[in-house]
Amino acid sequence: MEGILGRKIGMTQVFDDQGRRIAVTVLEAGPCPVVQVKTPETDGYRAAQLGFEEQKPSRLAKAEVKHFEKAGVKPCKMTKEFAFDEGTEVKAGDTVTVNIFEGVKYVDVSGVTKGRGFAGVMRRYRMGGGAMTHGGHSKRRIGSIGARRPGLVRKGRRMPGQMGAVNRKARNLAVVEVRGEDNLLLVAGSVPGPKGGVVIIRKALKK
Amino acid sequence: MIAKAIDKIDAEQVAKANEGKKAPEIKVGDSVKVFVRIKEGGKERLQAFAGTVIARDNGSGNTATFTVRRISFGVGVEKVFPLNSPYIDRVEVERSARVRRAKLYFLRSRTGKKARLREA
Repeated sequence: MEGILGRKIGMTQVFDDQGRRIAVTVLEAGPCPVVQVKTPETDGYRAAQLGFEEQKPSRLAKAEVKHFEKAGVKPCKMTKEFAFDEGTEVKAGDTVTVNIFEGVKYVDVSGVTKGRGFAGVMRRYRMGGGAMTHGGHSKRRIGSIGARRPGLVRKGRRMPGQMGAVNRKARNLAVVEVRGEDNLLLVAGSVPGPKGGVVIIRKALKK
Repeated sequence: MIAKAIDKIDAEQVAKANEGKKAPEIKVGDSVKVFVRIKEGGKERLQAFAGTVIARDNGSGNTATFTVRRISFGVGVEKVFPLNSPYIDRVEVERSARVRRAKLYFLRSRTGKKARLREA
């Protein structure tokens, strides 16, 4: 299986075998039941739909409840499709656990970053702003946004606006530890999103 | 779930760090000798860093650190050690002082007789 659904739990540190301190993010990863298997014959591509976290049936539409029932799994809060290699046996009702990352060196983790609302240009793009003292009135303003000629603001000009709450992926994070019995995954470095945020963990694409 | 999982990992790390030895009990104001393992050309040896503990930071668990200050060749030197670092062989407490604050940063601006602490 290519990946799994999880939640970010928080950060701490561990010492590696050489005694170095490593900052790690603790992720709760799975267990994820396989809800549906898509095959090239029926769907045109190969993937497994994984569910994550139980949901009350009363909170779902009847069609959704039946979808889970068909696979023989409990209703889930969320589902996501993951590709898997040809030749591996995957069928609906199986459970995918964090153990798929056993022996994997690097993972990509994507999630929704913390939302910062409508942010000014100093916070959003780390611009310098104007003078705070000496009678400056352009304290946190953007400054010039163009010249007399061409007399218009070029497209893509960085300006204040919504910051954060977008999908981002942290690539090639080293796997520090896989804890199968706790369904936990420890990766080196930070991961997008708040504590408790949903993350998608995949085997690294480019390593 | 959230706090529990991290607490468990931290507790394991602390337990691993203190395997077969007692957890170092270090208080602010102690005069300590920290024996650090140093690798040099494939060989390992111990180096002592002796000084006064002027601060303890980052809680009491796995992430805890302490700061040791000493005067070396007339220059003040401070080192921050992770409390549970595998590099620390042992910590010997030589003297304890009675101090009334958690951080002894005022020692930085004092030298000689003024930089002494009251014995406990």
